[in-house]
Amino acid sequence: MMTTDQRLGILFQLYQSLLVVLLAPLLTGWVNQCRAWLQNRTGPGLMQPYRTLRKLFHKDAVMAYNASPLFRVTPYILFGCMWLAAAIIPIIAVDLPFSPAADVIALVGVFALARVFIALAAMDIGTAFGTLGARREMLVSFLAEPALLMVFFTASLISHSTQLPRIVEALAHHQFVLYPSLAFAGLAFVIVLLAENARIPVDNPGTHLELTMIHEAMILEYSARHLALVEWASSLKLFAYIAIGIALFVPYGIAEVGNWGALPQAIIALLVKLTLAGAALALLEALLAKMRIFRAPEFLGTAFLLAVLGLLIHFLLGA
Amino acid sequence: MDIVGVLPLDVAGAVIVLWLALGLLGLALQHSPHLITNVIFPLGAIVSLALAATGLWALGVDASYAILPMGLPDLPFHLRLDPLSAFFLILLSGASFGVSLFSAGYFKSMQGNTLGLLCLEYHLFLASMALVLLADDAYMFMVAWETMALSSYFLVTTDHHVPDIRKAGFLYLLIAHVGAIGILLSFGVMQGGHGIGAYTFAAMREAHLSAFWSSVAFLLALFGFGAKAGLLPLHVWLPEAHPAAPSPVSALMSGIMLKTAIYGILRVTFDLLSVQQWWWGVLALALGLMTAIFGVMFAAVQGDMKRLLAYSSIENIGLLLVGIGLTIIFHVYGKNALAALSLTATLYHSLNHAFFKCLLFIGTGSILHATGERNMGRMGGLIHHMPWVAVLMLVGVLSISGLPPFNGFVSEWLLLQAFLLSPGLPNTYINMLIPVAAAVIALAAALAAYVMVKFYGIIFLGQPRGEAREHAHDAGIWERIGLSWLAFGCVVLGLAPVYVVRQLDLVTHVLVGRGLGNAAAGWLFLAPVDIERASYSPVYFLLAVLGVMLVTALVVHYFYHGRLRRGPAWDCGFPEQTSRMQDTAEGFGQPIRRIFEPFFRIESELPSAFDTHPRYHGRSDDRIWFALYLPIKSITEKLSSLASLLQHGRIHLYLTYTFVTLVVLLAFV
Repeated sequence: MMTTDQRLGILFQLYQSLLVVLLAPLLTGWVNQCRAWLQNRTGPGLMQPYRTLRKLFHKDAVMAYNASPLFRVTPYILFGCMWLAAAIIPIIAVDLPFSPAADVIALVGVFALARVFIALAAMDIGTAFGTLGARREMLVSFLAEPALLMVFFTASLISHSTQLPRIVEALAHHQFVLYPSLAFAGLAFVIVLLAENARIPVDNPGTHLELTMIHEAMILEYSARHLALVEWASSLKLFAYIAIGIALFVPYGIAEVGNWGALPQAIIALLVKLTLAGAALALLEALLAKMRIFRAPEFLGTAFLLAVLGLLIHFLLGA
Repeated sequence: MDIVGVLPLDVAGAVIVLWLALGLLGLALQHSPHLITNVIFPLGAIVSLALAATGLWALGVDASYAILPMGLPDLPFHLRLDPLSAFFLILLSGASFGVSLFSAGYFKSMQGNTLGLLCLEYHLFLASMALVLLADDAYMFMVAWETMALSSYFLVTTDHHVPDIRKAGFLYLLIAHVGAIGILLSFGVMQGGHGIGAYTFAAMREAHLSAFWSSVAFLLALFGFGAKAGLLPLHVWLPEAHPAAPSPVSALMSGIMLKTAIYGILRVTFDLLSVQQWWWGVLALALGLMTAIFGVMFAAVQGDMKRLLAYSSIENIGLLLVGIGLTIIFHVYGKNALAALSLTATLYHSLNHAFFKCLLFIGTGSILHATGERNMGRMGGLIHHMPWVAVLMLVGVLSISGLPPFNGFVSEWLLLQAFLLSPGLPNTYINMLIPVAAAVIALAAALAAYVMVKFYGIIFLGQPRGEAREHAHDAGIWERIGLSWLAFGCVVLGLAPVYVVRQLDLVTHVLVGRGLGNAAAGWLFLAPVDIERASYSPVYFLLAVLGVMLVTALVVHYFYHGRLRRGPAWDCGFPEQTSRMQDTAEGFGQPIRRIFEPFFRIESELPSAFDTHPRYHGRSDDRIWFALYLPIKSITEKLSSLASLLQHGRIHLYLTYTFVTLVVLLAFV
């Protein structure tokens, strides 16, 4: 028999899963709106991503003649992976019964699984742009992924666990200490976040300019419901990354184990943090310029080295 | 379990004899090739299965011994089957079951007499690998080791009329023997000068060498086994010899034979030598990291699919050596729980690599049969012609890339956990080294995904490059069964880590004195130390992703529609796109070549603007070959030409040499 806490936990897991999947496009909308304001434009409004999704779902799908089944299932795999990732990151409370199934290393694995599938799908049609996008995506990720792993390692070493809820608990509740290693890790994480979510300066989500695109080049062949799922998955990915950032670096205000009464307060804290993070992301994008593709490995190499440096500092100072 | 006095070792011995008998039968049946392919190879596979069952049985019981009435006068053949041997026997037989079944289909186009010989060599190769694992004295070990090297040499040179293959075979034979000398010397050091009887492993265990001599023995063993495993800088033969062999043989060599070297290192380090030194671990760790990065970097720039896989094997051997290095370090510092964790990761990865590398290598065999090509740059779109091979190889590709929920991820996860738990070693230097090592491992794993996307994407996806591949056909029924078995193995090893780890505990108990255990109850969660510290459940993971996918698909189709039509791919306003505009294998690897430029020796030849037949040519070679092997080669040639000054082929001259030598000796005595 399950205890009341366990039942509440499962209920809460379902609640968070639904919350993230519904909230993710809103975050994307908010970032785009902020960017529009920074560029002196009116902007399409916060709800634009939802309208785009609705439009895409209504359209008839068109697929290339030589598209294989791999191309068809990839949007669903992508969506499944990203939803899973976003659902296991503790953002409101640390009681997430599904979290032990996948720790931070597995979380990096989920992102990698999704990435491999989208890169393969991009190569499936056999257009020049598809393979170009796949190649660049893998190029960016082979440095970003280890950097992300090293960021997680720093946090795990501080909290003696690779379980996200335990990490967040250790960082949020136990003591308020400034960890110098986490400062390095944080810087590395921001770079990884920009690169993995196809943001300026590595990629530009706003254009379809052939010479510079990465993510958009991979999904050129997708249309209608498949494109909608890919876009939604991208929103979920951005949400997941920002949620990871919040969980690792500013976890304060999250509800403790068994303290369900703190939930409303935790939700408000989360919304404030998401709003600020989205605005900061837009500001960062407005301030930076897109870099040449072969500068990207240097940029990401910096992230990797910063993350390893953070890890070393933890070993040296024990903090 | 001891029912009628039969020991696991007896069954294993019988299995080896059966393999030899099947090989000889194949040679006798060379006039009926159908019997060889349809009967002998499947029978060999069933024998593999029996050996796997024996291995599983032997894991749970005490070591069994046997002394054969053969061998040297004072040193008969000793055999011993302990859990370590049993584990590697399971690896050998589990993977070779699939490869043998595949071979039944793969070799059917071969000529009768070649096939008969190949059948003998193939089964001799399997039997000698099993004997290497069972040997309990240095002489038996070396006999089996040399039989393994020679039978595989003949298998590599099956197509001996191709000059390149003869060359690859020679290089392989040469380095195999340089390595064998190292192993032999290592055994010589370990027996400690107590006469021929001391060449049994039992005597070596009792020898208790000084720190200096055990270090010498370890270094010699690392050199000798490293030459077989493809450790930097002894790896040069591997990317030549593995692709040269027929695909099932490449699979056996990459997937299984390399593991006999890992077995050898483990046997010498943890069993025959009683005390280890911490710096052995650091050395193994450093060599392993270099090998891993080197292997994956070179895999990324290959255009030949089998060479790519051979370099990826080098990478995986590097990862295994990192695991061994960590185990040594932890064991020396008395952290046996951690030693058990990293050893479990090492053994697990050995098993995983056997399965996915065999799967990928035999898959390239099917592709080779279907297209007649090894160059990936002429393939593309094969997923439409070979759906079976494409789907099964996708499993292998996802496994080797270390993606959850497949098997490669589990061993990578365990290895990273070992790194994460490492702080607190009394040696500051090692404490600093370990995070850097973890970072390099993470980098190698991420690059492996790059390599595998390239491998799969260029071969199976996109449009056909080069000539039409319409005649490309899917694999036959035997080939499908073989591929399916290995893919099934990858999935099961990925989904049931708790069961596998429980079996591996029996091995780690023998080597480092304790098992890993599982902190979580039940079989769903893998938690190596403490469920609060780290856990992973591949089954829940898979169910969650599949569940979300299914629900999403149903919801989308129910609330909206499932309408779909086909059209031409979007041409970006440039209608003259051809399949030549896709990336080639070289193109896909170009960023890696550019980023890691100093590591490659790049030759490229660009056409001038006025060439009527413009030709682009580029190759990236291994600097080590030019910096290390070519100088050795030229020195050897110079020395031998000096020696030839004495040789004139005239008998009276040689008699004069003998006479002079005698006179000189007489003057001294």
